[in-house]
Amino acid sequence: MLATHRLVSRRFLFMLGVFVTLIALSTIVALKIGEKKASASNSKIADGLAAWEQVYSVLTSPRCINCHTATNYPQQGDDRHRHFANVIRGPAGKGVPGLNCASCHQSENADSTGVPGGHNWHLAPLSMRWQDLNDQPLSSAAVCRAVVDRSRNNGLDGPGLLKHHEEEPLVLWAWNPGRRPDGTMRTLPPITHAEFVAATRAWVDAGTPCRRTK
Amino acid sequence: MATYQLNVNGQSKQVNVDPSTPLLWVLREELKMTGTKYGCGISACGACTVHVAGIATRSCVVPVSLIGDRPIVTIEGIGQDPVGRAVQDAWVDKDVVQCGYCQSGQIMSAVALLKATPKPTDVNIEESMGGNLCRCATYVRIREAIKSAGQQMR
Repeated sequence: MLATHRLVSRRFLFMLGVFVTLIALSTIVALKIGEKKASASNSKIADGLAAWEQVYSVLTSPRCINCHTATNYPQQGDDRHRHFANVIRGPAGKGVPGLNCASCHQSENADSTGVPGGHNWHLAPLSMRWQDLNDQPLSSAAVCRAVVDRSRNNGLDGPGLLKHHEEEPLVLWAWNPGRRPDGTMRTLPPITHAEFVAATRAWVDAGTPCRRTK
Repeated sequence: MATYQLNVNGQSKQVNVDPSTPLLWVLREELKMTGTKYGCGISACGACTVHVAGIATRSCVVPVSLIGDRPIVTIEGIGQDPVGRAVQDAWVDKDVVQCGYCQSGQIMSAVALLKATPKPTDVNIEESMGGNLCRCATYVRIREAIKSAGQQMR
């Protein structure tokens, strides 16, 4: 009777040991997988943020940011000075009657007179301003938040932003900005359009992350 | 050189010019329509303003190759338009002109303004006419004439 009881106890203890070992092993495996997943996710976000910085370098180049002002006027030139001839934004970002963007800017660059042009030349809406009221570019994080905010960006999601950067004529114009009135070529954004699109794609694939700083 | 068929003041005009030639020079030198003036040549003063498809356009910086089939109206033809007529009458009535050199551009911009905004405020006038310079400083009379023309149109 006593021998039988001891045998049952030993079996019970053995089974308990096996059970505890299995639990411990599965917990370790789960933690390892979680760590790996978190590490992969962090790496993806880091890559996305790095890609965004490339995108930001283009958005804040004069060819882009000159028409993303927070004020009542566009800018021009690499020094981003106020547009001459008292040009103002107007209600639709296309100037005012008598002094529209289209009063000078045609459907393509006019290299013989030095006036840049492109389809539907206009200022970006104030919701997409990338500068402050002192004409200083906003931080990377602030521009990122503006770009991904669908209430401000004309409802574009990640793929929509990518398509915009790939195909929008005025975006493409930045890499074909034509000649200045003195005949020299306007400067280009810091990276090529292909690099800009690749960076946008990497940022979108990472979930359009933005830094949490101001 | 290239040949262009232009619609100027409702008439078809053919010119054979370099594609990069600004519209202003086509009007003045090829078509001998000298009512439109050369002021600065860089779209800063507005003296060369004409209408292209209804938009007040600085003809000194727009190459003729970019005009296409859009109709052009110059100071010589604006009087055929009811708003243009009202503006020209108001200009005479208010005795706006001093030396007159900038006035064809002023009138073309004023017509564009009144077509879009028949009852302009002072701010509307300052914004729309802000790119048309007048070295005789006839700005006060220009403003009066624009308001007067707006009233005549009603």
